[in-house]
Amino acid sequence: MSPSRTDLPLLWTLRALAALAGAITLLIVAFLILEAWPALQTPGLSHFLTDASWFPASTTPQFNLIPMVAGTLAATLGAMLLATPLGIAAALFSRFYAPPAIASWFRRLLELLAGIPSVVYGFWGLVVLTPLIRQWAPPGQSLLAAILILSLMILPTIALLSETALRSIPRAYLQGAAALGLSRWATIRGVALPAAHCGIMSSILLAAGRAIGETMAVLMVAGNIVKVPDSLFAPVRTLTANIALELGYALDGHRAALFVSGLILLALIVLLVSMSDWIMRDDPGTAPEALTQAQVPQHG
Amino acid sequence: MADRIATVFMWGVALLISAVFAWIVGDLLLQGLPHLSWGFLSATPTDAGRAGGILPILVSTLLILAVCMVVAIPLGLGTAVLLSEFGRRNPLFGRLVRYSLDVLAGVPSIVFGLFGNAFFSLYLGMGFSILSGGLTLACMVLPLLIRSSETALRAVPDDYRRAAAALGLPVFATLWRILLPAATPGLIAGLVLGIGRALAETAALLFTSGYVDRMPGSLLDSGRSLSIHIYDLAMNVPGGESNAYASAVVLIMLLLIINALTFRAADRWLHQRITAV
Repeated sequence: MSPSRTDLPLLWTLRALAALAGAITLLIVAFLILEAWPALQTPGLSHFLTDASWFPASTTPQFNLIPMVAGTLAATLGAMLLATPLGIAAALFSRFYAPPAIASWFRRLLELLAGIPSVVYGFWGLVVLTPLIRQWAPPGQSLLAAILILSLMILPTIALLSETALRSIPRAYLQGAAALGLSRWATIRGVALPAAHCGIMSSILLAAGRAIGETMAVLMVAGNIVKVPDSLFAPVRTLTANIALELGYALDGHRAALFVSGLILLALIVLLVSMSDWIMRDDPGTAPEALTQAQVPQHG
Repeated sequence: MADRIATVFMWGVALLISAVFAWIVGDLLLQGLPHLSWGFLSATPTDAGRAGGILPILVSTLLILAVCMVVAIPLGLGTAVLLSEFGRRNPLFGRLVRYSLDVLAGVPSIVFGLFGNAFFSLYLGMGFSILSGGLTLACMVLPLLIRSSETALRAVPDDYRRAAAALGLPVFATLWRILLPAATPGLIAGLVLGIGRALAETAALLFTSGYVDRMPGSLLDSGRSLSIHIYDLAMNVPGGESNAYASAVVLIMLLLIINALTFRAADRWLHQRITAV
């Protein structure tokens, strides 16, 4: 639209609103750095890797974040290993295997799974899943429980976004495969997956971002012991859980250290989002707007 | 042969996912519904939440949601209109705003909690309050609202814009009378997603709206949201499990009801606007 003179106030109002919305990200980064600054200066960044352990509130505070970083990475990688094949299989099922009626029901079920609040997943994991794991190998609240719950939470993301990518494959590709007499599996392996691989990769990266950032569900099932996990049944504490557990009583240097871990989380997410953007930019098949986080209802 | 194995595998995965879904929902309903009653919804919690109901918690939840939406809707709609209708006039500005929103969409909720605690609660002096929690949530749902509203506005055919321009309608009238009504279903769908995200949120509220389970007297009082109530009962209150189950059922039902109601309202509103004009 081309606004006339009388419309200028409206245009400037809209610009102000947009500038405000865009500035929120800057404000967040600025306040995280501002609050983290004391810890970045006096202990210095290297202390977060080289200190003996995590005793942030003692008189000689120690700020080793390695156990939490290890916990976050172990839980995220485990969940990705489990949820990626299952999520892609679910997308293939709803696109190529299920009859139309079942496919639409299955899609709705995935959307419902995606919409269950993370605190409810955590609660279910705490009262149902961890007792089952405890019978097998105590203490139950463990890396394994975190991996299982996280997989359940990111599976709908991978499945729904991959399905969108599979749906946007040009019809001619599939008709060509049919004309060649390819079997269903050969069509999927030879045509559908290669054609949609950018969208699928992007969905996996977005899901990884969600797994890294997830707080409540992991906090409730992982046991939260500050120690690099040595087995699947060992309790772990993630970066996010560490913030949620300690910010309530953290003061001075301790509080600043928690904001440093917030900055680390933010950096990881920016990296993943940029990688996902970059993959989608090179994708000839799907429009960039077709795949965004906004399309899947998110866990809190 | 490979084809048959693949078929069995896909059906197996679909069955597995459906079974886990049934397990979660069935467990919540079986354990939660028996504790659910009018008394539970209309009583105040006693004994740290083990007994009594959730009335103040429901009120706090709705107040937090209201603050969040009152701030996020105008901000989100304004930004979306600018990006979709006037984006071409200033492409660099649009690209910057959009990139910033993409990053914002990926920020983990606990990081929003850190920011809300530092900025709204301490720097702006709101303390642990419903206002602080609601504003933090507004930042969080904003990218979702903007992205969906922009998509909805872009889906309105360009003929509508040309026809309005040919009639000499001012921009404001074009927006208010034509584009926004035509985009309403998409706008509402985005709104529902935003409300769902805000209702489900826990981590961002832990250190902004706080834990207090009394009835809030004003927006500057601390108020405990339903999601935090579930977390607190499950983790910090031994014996709070049955009320946590009931609260989880209430939360999920609230999400479903809002979902259904808004879609119906959107239908009716759209019908009126089009027949009235």
